[in-house]
Amino acid sequence: MRKVLFATCLVAVTAFAAGAATANEELIKMSQNPKDWVMPTGDYANTRFSKLDQITAANVGKLQVAWTFSTGVLRGHEGGPLIIGNTMYVHAPFPNTVYALDLANDNKILWKYEPKQDPNVIPVMCCDTVNRGVAYGDGKIFLHQADTTLVALDAKTGKVEWTVKNGDPSKGATGTSAPMIIKDKVLIGISGGEFGVQAHMTAYDIKTGKQVWRAYSEGPDDQILVDPVKTTELGKPVGRDSSLKTWQGDQWKIGGGATWGWISYDPGLNLLYYGSGNPSTWNPKQRPGDNKWSMTIWARDPDTGMAKWVYQMTPHDEWDYDGVNEMILSDQQINGAPRKLLTHFDRNGLGYTLDRASGELLVAEKYDPKVNWTSGVDMNKSSPTYGRPKVLDQYSTDKQGEDHNVKGICPAALGSKDEQPAAYSPDTQLFYVPTNHVCMDYEPFKVSYTAGQPYVGATLSMYPPPGETNMGNFIAWDGKTGKIAWSNKEQFSVWSGALATAGGVVFYGTLEGYLKAVDAKTGKELYKFKTPSGIIGNVTTYEQGGKQYVAVLSGVGGWAGIGLAAGLTDPTAGLGAVGGYAALSNYTALGGTLTVFSLPQ
Amino acid sequence: MALVASGNIALAEMAADPTAVKSDNGKYLDKEGSPTFKVTDDGRVDWYTYSGYRRYHSECHVCHGPDGMGSTYAPALKDSLKSTSYGDFLAVVATGRQNVSSSQDNVMPAFGDNRNVTCYLDDIYVYLRARANDAVGRGRPAKHEDKPPAAQKAEDACTANSQ
Repeated sequence: MRKVLFATCLVAVTAFAAGAATANEELIKMSQNPKDWVMPTGDYANTRFSKLDQITAANVGKLQVAWTFSTGVLRGHEGGPLIIGNTMYVHAPFPNTVYALDLANDNKILWKYEPKQDPNVIPVMCCDTVNRGVAYGDGKIFLHQADTTLVALDAKTGKVEWTVKNGDPSKGATGTSAPMIIKDKVLIGISGGEFGVQAHMTAYDIKTGKQVWRAYSEGPDDQILVDPVKTTELGKPVGRDSSLKTWQGDQWKIGGGATWGWISYDPGLNLLYYGSGNPSTWNPKQRPGDNKWSMTIWARDPDTGMAKWVYQMTPHDEWDYDGVNEMILSDQQINGAPRKLLTHFDRNGLGYTLDRASGELLVAEKYDPKVNWTSGVDMNKSSPTYGRPKVLDQYSTDKQGEDHNVKGICPAALGSKDEQPAAYSPDTQLFYVPTNHVCMDYEPFKVSYTAGQPYVGATLSMYPPPGETNMGNFIAWDGKTGKIAWSNKEQFSVWSGALATAGGVVFYGTLEGYLKAVDAKTGKELYKFKTPSGIIGNVTTYEQGGKQYVAVLSGVGGWAGIGLAAGLTDPTAGLGAVGGYAALSNYTALGGTLTVFSLPQ
Repeated sequence: MALVASGNIALAEMAADPTAVKSDNGKYLDKEGSPTFKVTDDGRVDWYTYSGYRRYHSECHVCHGPDGMGSTYAPALKDSLKSTSYGDFLAVVATGRQNVSSSQDNVMPAFGDNRNVTCYLDDIYVYLRARANDAVGRGRPAKHEDKPPAAQKAEDACTANSQ
């Protein structure tokens, strides 16, 4: 987080400021205005922290619904709206409708964009037809459609300015993630880890849509944009063919490593950060080796795409612990020295803190005490296994082998946390993390690859940790020490992105549909309101006409809509037991609504 | 009682009697010759039900939910299979199905060229038929018959042939 973000005297930036030298400068300036929410992640550092402080811990209990808006779609609604000046941009899952709403004029629809897409893309999307939002830059709104079309719309009219195809859905590639604008480029990842896609991060020219660079998650050095000498992992050069050496034969060509998470950026270091997902298939026996660079934190130069450093968190994944979750950038002191930090809550249940300039690993600790597949990461710099997690044989689906059902692995494939982004408050120096508290049985078996068809190769069943009934926690985490500051139980996984504010309030949504406000210091619940459907969207705040608003999309679905809608298996129930765990369908139904809150007049 | 009886008759008209009348090398068949499940009193399931449980939870559950319970965007097959014939099941899996309107967009892909599905069609059908008839509950069947040599042979032939 750059200090400049904390400047107290901010000049209101108008929506389409003329004369900004580059989209990047314009966006940096715009993101300093807390009245707006100009990028999907709130700011480049991905803090999801707002300086707005009209709503406080003392008055949040009086919050009321100010207005609502239906997207007209009844699927899982991830992400959240952008707010730029008097305009709000709201997106929806497939068919990926985008609305521009006039906040100064009764929230009237200024324009609507609805692409025509082949519905055959729907079943290629693992885990619902979600979309995590649009991005703004250079007077344009950018949308990554389900069919991987990246489209630039005129922010004032909704008119299409250019489109480019980012992948091939007939081979399993789909679009679900939000673009990020860095300098004069549009950055976008790709989904398809369950379809054997050789996934990539791609930069397109903001003016024309022309591809500038593409960096794959696995493959030859010139495809993954890694320099054998200059690119480092944990301080050492990665060497030649660092990826190829860790796959058998040509398996890297269907290696997965999807890139559908969030992107962060440090303008000072000129590095962008994101994570790559699971290697394909889910059967580890079929792909011997470390499967680099799946499950990796990437730091790349946005101008060239070249990797400065990498860190593979889960070499040779055996549990589908995708590494795609967001990288949150903060400046804090460790052992009395100021450090530029990157904090990441991985699906594998470990909370990592690294030096984001060098990639040095500083902290790797479990952020759910139930995590059991590893006894921890080797932090001894002189050890040959430095930086690797120690895997317990009991929970190794590779060691136990094909056709063997490995029981009681925590976390489940959902991860201790999935894509739902955490927030960071510089006021409390705490991260606020929505988590899953779910374990699983996992049985890998042999599968064949067919282009465009699922390439999974494992059976799994999920349930809360033995002896517990809550499937989620909302926690506060100290990234400097790797310790939980406080933890609130939630009946279901928390699948909503958090928001931290200068008012000392932290917001998040629940799968039952509650928007909740808690005290940033203690976690004490201060307010809750049940929206029309379960929340898997991210909470956003903005100011309009001198009033602070809090907005969130509800609309249950996503991966949470698969297992949880049906109720997870109850491990304590005997054979033939019907029912299982309390089903989410007893609490909420499909929806697609933006609910906006404010204090009463 | 009359109401219950008429309900049962209506159901019977849609789905055939699942009772196994004979075994073809470990694959059980109903009186119409369609594959079906067999569960003994101690809860032991036939190989195909068990194998179907595994294949279902690899290929199908991502949309249709654990144990055929459905999701927010695909139907619960433990219910659908109450009124789906073996022939209809094979056709839908092979060619897919589209249910797209202004209010919904449910699309099932064609699995006709996916060997992870086509080589195990009977297994998945038998498992779901058992679920639809409440013959097996949620979760992994605790006990199952050994894999019949005929099943291994058919699997080897199917997975090799289509390559």
